[in-house]
Amino acid sequence: MKKVFPLLALLTAGLLSYALYEALVVAPTEQTMGDVQRIFYYHVPSAWTAFLFFFINFVASVQFLVRPNEKMDRVAGFVAIAIGVACCIADFAIRELPSGMHHGSIATTGLAATGLYFAIRKLFSEQGVDILALVTAEVGVVFCTVVLVTGPLWARPVWGIWWTWDIRLTSTLVLWLIYVSYILLRRFSTSGQTPVLAAALAVFGALDVPLVYFSIWFFRTQHPQPVIGGGGSIDPRMLRVLMINWLAFLCFGFLVCWSRYRLERVQRDVEETQALEALLEPRSAVR
Amino acid sequence: MSATERIEAKERVAAGVRASPGGGATGTQPPITGITAATLAKDIRLEWRSKDAINSMLFFALLIVVVFSFSFDPNAEESRQIAGGLIWVAFLFAAVVALNQTWAREIRNQVLDAYRVSPAPANSLFLAKAFGNFIFVALLEALMTPLFVVFYKLRALGPAWQLLPVAVLGTWALVVNGTFFAAMSLRTRSREIMLPLLLFPISIPALLSMVEATTAILTGEENARFWILLLATYDVMFTTACLALFPRVLEAE
Amino acid sequence: MATLLRLSSASFKKTSFPFVIDLNAASAQSDPVIAISNLTKQFGRFAALRGVTAAFEGRRLYAILGDNGAGKTTLLRVLAGLVQPTAGKIGILGENNPRAACRQFGYMAHPSLLYDEMSGMENLRYFARLYGMRDAGPCRGAIAAVGLDPELQRPVGQYSQGMRQRISLARALLHDPKLLLLDEPFSNVDIRSAREMVKLLTAMRDAGKTIFVVTHQASLLDGAADEFIWMQSGQIVNRTSDRSFMETA
Repeated sequence: MKKVFPLLALLTAGLLSYALYEALVVAPTEQTMGDVQRIFYYHVPSAWTAFLFFFINFVASVQFLVRPNEKMDRVAGFVAIAIGVACCIADFAIRELPSGMHHGSIATTGLAATGLYFAIRKLFSEQGVDILALVTAEVGVVFCTVVLVTGPLWARPVWGIWWTWDIRLTSTLVLWLIYVSYILLRRFSTSGQTPVLAAALAVFGALDVPLVYFSIWFFRTQHPQPVIGGGGSIDPRMLRVLMINWLAFLCFGFLVCWSRYRLERVQRDVEETQALEALLEPRSAVR
Repeated sequence: MSATERIEAKERVAAGVRASPGGGATGTQPPITGITAATLAKDIRLEWRSKDAINSMLFFALLIVVVFSFSFDPNAEESRQIAGGLIWVAFLFAAVVALNQTWAREIRNQVLDAYRVSPAPANSLFLAKAFGNFIFVALLEALMTPLFVVFYKLRALGPAWQLLPVAVLGTWALVVNGTFFAAMSLRTRSREIMLPLLLFPISIPALLSMVEATTAILTGEENARFWILLLATYDVMFTTACLALFPRVLEAE
Repeated sequence: MATLLRLSSASFKKTSFPFVIDLNAASAQSDPVIAISNLTKQFGRFAALRGVTAAFEGRRLYAILGDNGAGKTTLLRVLAGLVQPTAGKIGILGENNPRAACRQFGYMAHPSLLYDEMSGMENLRYFARLYGMRDAGPCRGAIAAVGLDPELQRPVGQYSQGMRQRISLARALLHDPKLLLLDEPFSNVDIRSAREMVKLLTAMRDAGKTIFVVTHQASLLDGAADEFIWMQSGQIVNRTSDRSFMETA
């Protein structure tokens, strides 16, 4: 464990530098937007990373709530499998996919979600799952902030506006708000059961996400707004640079999560030891 | 203590015990609806007795409408466009102030402990509080709406009857999550600010739906049906989530 | 009266304790019983209870004494199920967890646990509903038993402290529980009311209830309590039927 971290850090540094080079130099210049478009290679991977971490937070929160209860734990496991299977079926059943999605992408996403659920269950204890939720929320918020900052920075020179209520940017904003409130709850809570309250909030947040998406989607069809980033197909060379950047961001995010996790774990161990010491030492008079 | 006094006291206790046929020890699980109704009745009675809470809330609602009227002073046509948003923002602020008070009564004298040691189910308490809040916020809305109509010279160009499901579903959406998060905020520092901090982000899709539905009905330009459906979905999802998770929140010290 | 010295050792390691508590055997008797083993509660770094192990028989009046911060209130709250212990087991009235036994015990704390704006009868009728009782009879009986007038319309918030403690006690015994957990029932109460309450508690003990009283006014329970339990620093350090032992020690 001790050796892997520095190695991974070096690898990530190298990957980030390479990705930077690719994004700024190698990637072809966009026709209409020019060099400003290169911010796209930071905007999109940050978003994907943030969403992944928030998803992990959701899974971790659910596990924290259900694992103590054996029956609920099994039910949750079945639901996870069911989701994976349902996505596979949906992939075969649906003929016409929304633009930009390939066949197999729904199935892979579904199966990845199921795999992630069981991987987390295997790798983390009940206590560990709570720390995982905390850590991914914090790092997710950071990446989300990057998305919300790079979005306007990109929009302003290209489209002349700082902000637009398009579906992706708005959904990201709401997600950011929800998770900032999550972190605030964790900080401000005086209860001994803060993890339970935070996990409940995370579940609420996750339930909210599809509703946010649908509400803004419909809002947009009623009040069309300019779309930042455009949709549709993407030049394969650009796609490659995008993927490299995403990989680099993922590694970086993972690294930060890992160190934060270790920090939190050590902190909790210290607190436990102090508590145990307080338990064992005879108290003198009234405190 | 003398023997006679002991006997007297014993008689009193025995009389008290005899007066309760079967007592509570052998009773069945109290039904959830009965306790919800009893708790709601109790809350309404208490609210009625301490009228200062109601009075100050009503006055606050009036103030909001007046302030909004000064801040946004459009002519009749523009007003229809923004009134949907204005009304619901006003309701939202009034609701937050009302929600913050919900649990305050249970914290005084630690009465919540008395509930927690009893066999009464946690969700009865939640539903009673949520219904009570609903009634209270609906009362505020009933006061503020005519004022808005008057100040902004509003008239519904679309199907006005649709405003009722929008109002009911929208208010419930705010109230059900508000009651839940108010209970959560009990265990935090800065209790009063935590409630809106937690409530607003989660309520965004509901707020959007309420505002868009109201605007659609007032302007008559669009169909509010999708928004009403979305509100109903929101209500079902979050009522379920609240009922599933409230017992854990109540137990948290 | 013979002085009984029963020292309970508190061990917070999960190894053996001085006596094996067979909960099945205990619940086979008709007496209600509390058995706790290795009960620990920590609030962050503060250890309120440190591995308390003890057993309590039924039909007794126990007085729990100790300095502030000794863990008396925490112990009562853990027994009532209001606080989850960090470690340890509780056997209460034949159940493993206080929530399951909630119909059989009544809890009273230093705050009144009542609504200030309602009268005594209204308060009790509401709490009776929580226990599934719809009649006014038990409420009247409980209020009369503590020596108050059931017809009194005055809101509880306007009661004197003595009356408030008494109506609070009425709430605790409303559903005729086998076990009473009372936290500081006599605090700030005038001597006469306090003595009345003690008489009532003794009568209830004689009628078969088990009563735990946490108090700072141990003298009130002289001659009434069957056992004095002394707590210090989160542990039970002594149990005796004669309070004078602690004064000379």
